[in-house]
Amino acid sequence: MAETGIGAAVRRKEDYRFLTGRGRYTDDISRPGQVYAYFLRSPHAHATLNGINTDAARNSPGVVAIYTGGDPEADGVGGLICGWVITDKSGEKAKVPPRPLLARDTVHYVGDHVAVVIAETLAQAKDAAELIEVDYEELAACIGTAKALDPDAPLVHAEAPGNLCFDWEVGDEAATDAAFAKAHHVTKLSLVNNRLIPNAIEPRAAIGEYDPGSDSFTLYVTSQNPHVARIIISAFHNVAPEHKLRVVAPDIGGAFGSKLPVYAEEVVCVWASKKVGRPVKWTADRSESFLADVHGRDHVTEAELALEENGKFLGLRAHTIANMGAYLSTIATGTPTWLHGLLFAGQYTTPAIYVNVKGVFTHTSPVDLYRGAGRPEATFVVERLVEIAAREMGIDPVEIRRRNLIPPDAFPYQTPVVVTYDSGDYAAVLDKALEMADYAGFEARQQQAERRGKLRGIGLSNYIEACGIAPSKVAGAIGFALGLWESAQVRFNPTGNVTVFTGSHSQGQGHETAFAQIVSDRLGVPIENVEIVHGDTDRVLFGMGTYGSRSLAVGGSAIVKAMDKVIAKGKKIAAHTLESSEGDVEFEAGTFKIAGTDKSVSIADVAFAAYVPHNYPLEKLEPGLDENAFYDPGNFTFPAGCHICEVEVDPETGVVDIVNWVAVDDFGKVINPMIVEGQVHGGVTQGVGQALLEGCVHDQDTGQLLTGSYMDYTMPRADDVPSFKVGFIETPCPHNPLGVKGCGEAGAIAAPAALINAITDAIGVDHLDMPATPEKVWRAIQQAGTAPAA
Amino acid sequence: MPTISMTVNNKTVTGEVEARTLLVQFIREHLGLTGTHVGCDTSQCGACVVHVNGRSLKSCTMLAVQAEGAEVTTIEGLAVDGELHPMQAAFKEHHGLQCGFCTPGMVMSAIDLLKRHPDPSEETIRAELEGNFCRCTGYHNIVKAVKAAAGGTGS
Ligand code: FES
Ligand code: FES
Repeated sequence: MAETGIGAAVRRKEDYRFLTGRGRYTDDISRPGQVYAYFLRSPHAHATLNGINTDAARNSPGVVAIYTGGDPEADGVGGLICGWVITDKSGEKAKVPPRPLLARDTVHYVGDHVAVVIAETLAQAKDAAELIEVDYEELAACIGTAKALDPDAPLVHAEAPGNLCFDWEVGDEAATDAAFAKAHHVTKLSLVNNRLIPNAIEPRAAIGEYDPGSDSFTLYVTSQNPHVARIIISAFHNVAPEHKLRVVAPDIGGAFGSKLPVYAEEVVCVWASKKVGRPVKWTADRSESFLADVHGRDHVTEAELALEENGKFLGLRAHTIANMGAYLSTIATGTPTWLHGLLFAGQYTTPAIYVNVKGVFTHTSPVDLYRGAGRPEATFVVERLVEIAAREMGIDPVEIRRRNLIPPDAFPYQTPVVVTYDSGDYAAVLDKALEMADYAGFEARQQQAERRGKLRGIGLSNYIEACGIAPSKVAGAIGFALGLWESAQVRFNPTGNVTVFTGSHSQGQGHETAFAQIVSDRLGVPIENVEIVHGDTDRVLFGMGTYGSRSLAVGGSAIVKAMDKVIAKGKKIAAHTLESSEGDVEFEAGTFKIAGTDKSVSIADVAFAAYVPHNYPLEKLEPGLDENAFYDPGNFTFPAGCHICEVEVDPETGVVDIVNWVAVDDFGKVINPMIVEGQVHGGVTQGVGQALLEGCVHDQDTGQLLTGSYMDYTMPRADDVPSFKVGFIETPCPHNPLGVKGCGEAGAIAAPAALINAITDAIGVDHLDMPATPEKVWRAIQQAGTAPAA
Repeated sequence: MPTISMTVNNKTVTGEVEARTLLVQFIREHLGLTGTHVGCDTSQCGACVVHVNGRSLKSCTMLAVQAEGAEVTTIEGLAVDGELHPMQAAFKEHHGLQCGFCTPGMVMSAIDLLKRHPDPSEETIRAELEGNFCRCTGYHNIVKAVKAAAGGTGS
């Protein structure tokens, strides 16, 4: 069992189908008689819709239907909702402006949905869309996070005066002010956390289908959380009641948060399928992904760190403006507040912290969660502040961190910003990272680089993450509209194999393998006899989906709970079979045994007896071996780690070469190290993308997206990143049965600060905006005068 | 509408297509071979790479009519009798894929890469794969897989 159990680098069960082209992604599905939807989008960031003339388009070949604003409402189908509405510091709810599926009288961003054309072919739908005449009256647009609160900024929504969506705070402002008053040194930092576009390689897609026989709908969709999509589409859009709507999310080609929200296209496809009486299919092209997927990050922050003379942190203060875009996406107000502000303690004992976040509306695509969602922004502020403070005070950056780390005996550790960290050994993580990075040998390498005319720098990032928001009552108290448990069903089939239904959905994380390892390990069934089923509301009991690195900690724990029920029932059956009392039955490695005897029965035989109950205690026990469980965690889990990055900068060109990357992470218990390392590689690369390459740019007057294709938006390519060195420290999470914490977002959280710390170290400046393009780096070198003499 | 004919995965196929149909659309929509993916509209991502007459090619950059008479191999044509091609096996062994969406194009590109560079350095592999985006793996394990396949130690 060891080679397929917990902790083994089991090769993935799902890979055969992906490698042979048999993956089944949403766009791979075709339904008989399907027609194609194409969305006409606003070319303006802000305009009044004076009228739409669809006459010519309706007569275009192949057109089946055209719908515009007001049509869904006429059928009682409501607009998109925000499922996480926070309460701000004045006790008021965040402002939630209406967000119709198809714009009614105003468009609010370039890409806003104006009309949908449904035709026999996609080409015909596009051809017809070109014939739609829209009378736009262009209005001034509010673009730019920092300018949104200016008194003369164009107003985005009447519901949000001054473009302010919320003004939120966490921490003790007075205590923090007092800490600053007695500080020996204060480090100040102004920074922009650049806006990103998630860019899963699979574009979003949806197929809506109506069955008049049963008066029910099916939606095939690129969703991270099909059950949540079903609740929202039922309860808020009123397309169909929950029991008449099936949502199927098949293989998903990456998501990173961008496939969590419920989007207009999906709702329109399912609604329109009944109206046109045929399945309606929509697949985004990449240009639409750029405009119409949620964006991420986009903060402007002023932050300060107060220190004692010995480098101990006394207080931290941050004021952030967070861009919401033109409308509130599904969890938009939670991302820059609760998922962000609670992480400002980092790994440190900073006693007083105050964080203020103002959410603002602008005429840009909605901003919501993207890998890390709030936590990368927090880590970036904390780790940049710490680095600059170390330089200003002449203390080694490692030493200043070490002096402030939360000690291992302080857990559970109550931070000044609400949360209680579960477990960790941050010094051990730091030591291991320093050793793997040969930190001690850095100076020699730097001198050697200098002889080659290169500027070499090293940077650290000690990140903290909060995974698996919980428990549900806390989620409710902070404005989250749903619960945050997960469900699982573990079903033995009569022939002894096991089907597991989980509400966690995989978008590449390898659940079919990692979850099967847990099941195989616990039930003693060969891994090939375990099948993991997810992504279909008709097959899976219920699910809250995959995001926030919650699948293993929450979804995995639900599976364990269900397995415990299976084993408990199995003991009753085995006791009957073995003619012993239940209390004497033990379960180990797939076998029920009677302690101190050689009497035993395999779990496969017990399963058979449960379904063919000829010799079975029917009078006191139901047949069958199939158990459900719901798991609502007691707390978040708090993975942490230390990433160390080493760069060489070419002073002539400003090009940054990442020459070494060490990641040491504490994810608690690791189920499959191969998969976890892969998650780290991918996360770090997205963080490298943010720090070096990616940036969403809008024209500041017109609001046009200037980075609207892969020719303008720089994706990390194979030659932009190095191979990574990954290590683990395991301090088990004390409050879930697997001891796991979550690993999906860590790399993206840690990486930007490590990289910017390294580059600024190399070129001798404190400040550098992301993405640190060669031009920006070159200019900074010129300003600092750090280029070696030629 | 023009009628076209070509060999795809060793089978002769014919179809009637609009002149504007791209090769990738013909492969996915007419032939139902959905292993070849579309990830962009500007020919950057490489999700659509197939082999045409033995060379890797982004099938979104070619019209179906241009492939008239060509020999096309898609990801579905690599494994023989259920046995993975050595490059596919190396990707599995070294975890060179997560969501699997970039994977078909990545594997097709990598096979062509090894034809041209039988013993590539890490640098060569990274430079050669520049036209294939992967958002999940950070490329680390893809590079490892290609190296292993080159060394014959794929699986
Ligand atoms: S689909 Fe992106 S390169 Fe062909
Ligand atoms: S494995 Fe997901 S894009 Fe490469």
